[in-house]
Amino acid sequence: MKKLLKRKETTLVLLILLLIFAVSLRAPGFVAPGSLLNIVVDTSILIIVSLGQFGVILIGGIDLSIGSTMALVGMAAAMLNQFVPGIPVWFFAPFSLVAGALLGGLGGILVAFGKLPPLIASLGMMSAYRGLVFILSKGQWVTANEMTEGFRKIPEGLTLGLPHMVWAALIVAFLAHLFMRHTRSGRDVYAIGGNPTAARFAGVNQAKVEINVFLISGALAGLAGLLYVSRYGIAQNETASGFEMQTVAAAVLGGVNIAGGSGTVLGVILGSLFLGVVNNALPVLRLSPFLQMAIQGFIILTAVVANTLVDRRNKRVFAAGRVR
Amino acid sequence: MDANILEMRGVSMYFPGIKALDKVDLSVRPGEVHALIGENGAGKSTLVKVLTGLYKPTAGNITFEGMARRFSSTVEAQMAGIVAIHQEPIMFPDLSVAENVFSGHMLRKRGTGLLDWPGMRAKTRELCARIELAADPDSMVSGLSVAQRHMVGIARALSMNARLLIMDEPTSALSIRETEDLFKIVRQLKAEGTAILFISHKFDELFAIADSYTVLRDGKFVGAGSMKDASVDSLVRMMAGRLLGQMFPKRKVEIGREILKVKGFTAGRSFKDVSFSLKRGEILGFFGLVGAGRSEVMKSLLGLDPLDEGEIYLENKKVRFKDPHAALAQGVAYVPEDRQAQGLVLPLSIADNICLPQTASLAAAGFIARKTEASLAREYGSKMEIRAAGWDVEALNLSGGNQQKVVLAKWLATKPRILILDEPTKGIDVGTKAAVHEFMSNLAAEGMAIIMISSELPEILGMSDRIIVMHEGSVAAVVDRAEASEEIILRAATGAAGEAA
Repeated sequence: MKKLLKRKETTLVLLILLLIFAVSLRAPGFVAPGSLLNIVVDTSILIIVSLGQFGVILIGGIDLSIGSTMALVGMAAAMLNQFVPGIPVWFFAPFSLVAGALLGGLGGILVAFGKLPPLIASLGMMSAYRGLVFILSKGQWVTANEMTEGFRKIPEGLTLGLPHMVWAALIVAFLAHLFMRHTRSGRDVYAIGGNPTAARFAGVNQAKVEINVFLISGALAGLAGLLYVSRYGIAQNETASGFEMQTVAAAVLGGVNIAGGSGTVLGVILGSLFLGVVNNALPVLRLSPFLQMAIQGFIILTAVVANTLVDRRNKRVFAAGRVR
Repeated sequence: MDANILEMRGVSMYFPGIKALDKVDLSVRPGEVHALIGENGAGKSTLVKVLTGLYKPTAGNITFEGMARRFSSTVEAQMAGIVAIHQEPIMFPDLSVAENVFSGHMLRKRGTGLLDWPGMRAKTRELCARIELAADPDSMVSGLSVAQRHMVGIARALSMNARLLIMDEPTSALSIRETEDLFKIVRQLKAEGTAILFISHKFDELFAIADSYTVLRDGKFVGAGSMKDASVDSLVRMMAGRLLGQMFPKRKVEIGREILKVKGFTAGRSFKDVSFSLKRGEILGFFGLVGAGRSEVMKSLLGLDPLDEGEIYLENKKVRFKDPHAALAQGVAYVPEDRQAQGLVLPLSIADNICLPQTASLAAAGFIARKTEASLAREYGSKMEIRAAGWDVEALNLSGGNQQKVVLAKWLATKPRILILDEPTKGIDVGTKAAVHEFMSNLAAEGMAIIMISSELPEILGMSDRIIVMHEGSVAAVVDRAEASEEIILRAATGAAGEAA
């Protein structure tokens, strides 16, 4: 179908496949099933938080506090596990979601009622939460051998052959799609980002939408913080530092309009996977870490520019059609 | 029993220091098109906002379908059956047609509360069929033309079972043919018993579609009656206390020597083999339907769009402008149509806006000479009679008419030899229109050559010395002022002249 070819998502799938193919020419082991699954597992955290960032970008904002929220919730969960080992492992899922939601919700309140631009509100939260990590931990790390085994195994356990990490991403993705596409509140997010004036005329409650997206972004960052800390077996002050930038990159790569109003859950997932493949491919090619960063940035920019050009060409085709 | 669907009595809306509405009366019967007439700032928009629940009136009574109402939100007004379609349809360009139709009142599935997409698609398809809109419910609104977007707005109103439909200048961005299509739908809705409150600055349209009218001036009720008993003169007098003859104060001017000649302009599919000349003191009108290629010719002339073939002679010297800046340096100024998007920087002050094209020449050693800037702004700002508290007022705080004056002042301050105006009075009120026309007339008398692109026939006929009519990218006719009539020009513009010859 022509429609399918025109979609940004299709371009992205092809780009990902092309990239995997190109890397496999130099490093054949890269396409082994185990290696590919590993990429997906690695990328699951990014997918989860990018979907949170997605909502905030949709309303034309940006959430810079994601990395700090991950660190704070991750540290809190790890310390709780360290000092009260008796707490059952399942408890940490709701704990991290609620803790993250509270932290994110605060940003939402600042934006909705304090009328702060999301960038500024979340910039403040980014520093504040990062500082709280330090205060909470007194600068100490929580390492793998201070965690219980159950806690460490949270992301690794298998259900139906898939690691829990991947399940978490799948469930979050499904719920995100359901929310964004099939609920009134979800569509309101698009409305606010697409045209705030028109949204107001249509009776959309802007404050509610702003709080919603930050709440969700925070909750997902909380969950991701828990997964991050247990997967890498360490909670420290610099955990997930700068992670929010990766989420922005993933969303933009996935075709989300940085000015708000358009984008899809599938796009964000593909954008995250694309980044995941790049991140995993470069070490395999044995490039120096510095070169890796530069190449990573270059690939992101190229993809974004390509996306924009495709977009513009589609619009021009339309404009030319109208002259007739 | 009262047959009126809407009855407003003594409705007032006071803001600190301003009486936006002062004891206004308005009655609308079901199944009629009621024209709401008044200059910009007369209170039409405020009245609409009161009706749709955006403002709560300070005083007065509103009765809708026999019930005393006072809406506290747009949703409440929409529930009651009052729906407004705004000037340039405010929409969500990145969302689908179905979603735009149902924005604010989406259908949900029973039980789960999730959105009922199939239901909304089906209903949208049905509504589109009813108003003959050929659009797929799933297609993006960004892919539709302005006229189609209006139709989506109407579909939206219908989906809410609107009993009173408010249309605020729905035709301002439509071509003649699109306007006719819109009117067909309006008549259909009327026949179905929907009341329509119709706001427009164009009298020909009002006489074509409206049954009755209410005129507002300075927030006050001036008069109401049946359209049958009204004339353009009587309406203008009520609106502005001014006679029609003063609308187009065209002065007789000695036409000078040729200053600009354009030969064989051709660009892709936009236009082909367009030639014309322009003389000093002349106002050259460009008429054509939307898409006839008028603006495109001007954009290519100024180097904004590419040109396949063609030559430009400025005072007999062959030239080619690489961008509008180069054109400006040669004394050719272009005032674009979309004043907000292309003409004004809204957060900047009046003075900054006026001086914008000349920042380079005003800046000594890289710093802008504030004093020179201020005096330049003062000179041209007062020449244009811009009404504002001061020259440092931000452009976004001005009314549409005053914004247009700022745009004009900005280009005039560059002291051009040739002034190209694209729809100079689009969407501004009668009073400002007259002022702009008078100003054009004065400039021409001073020897400036003016090209005026306009879609309003009265303006073209009233102001031009010569009229170039374009049809599908070619010059269909060149008509002198003395010979011009509505019929000749419309025939040429619609391509009917060619068939007759």
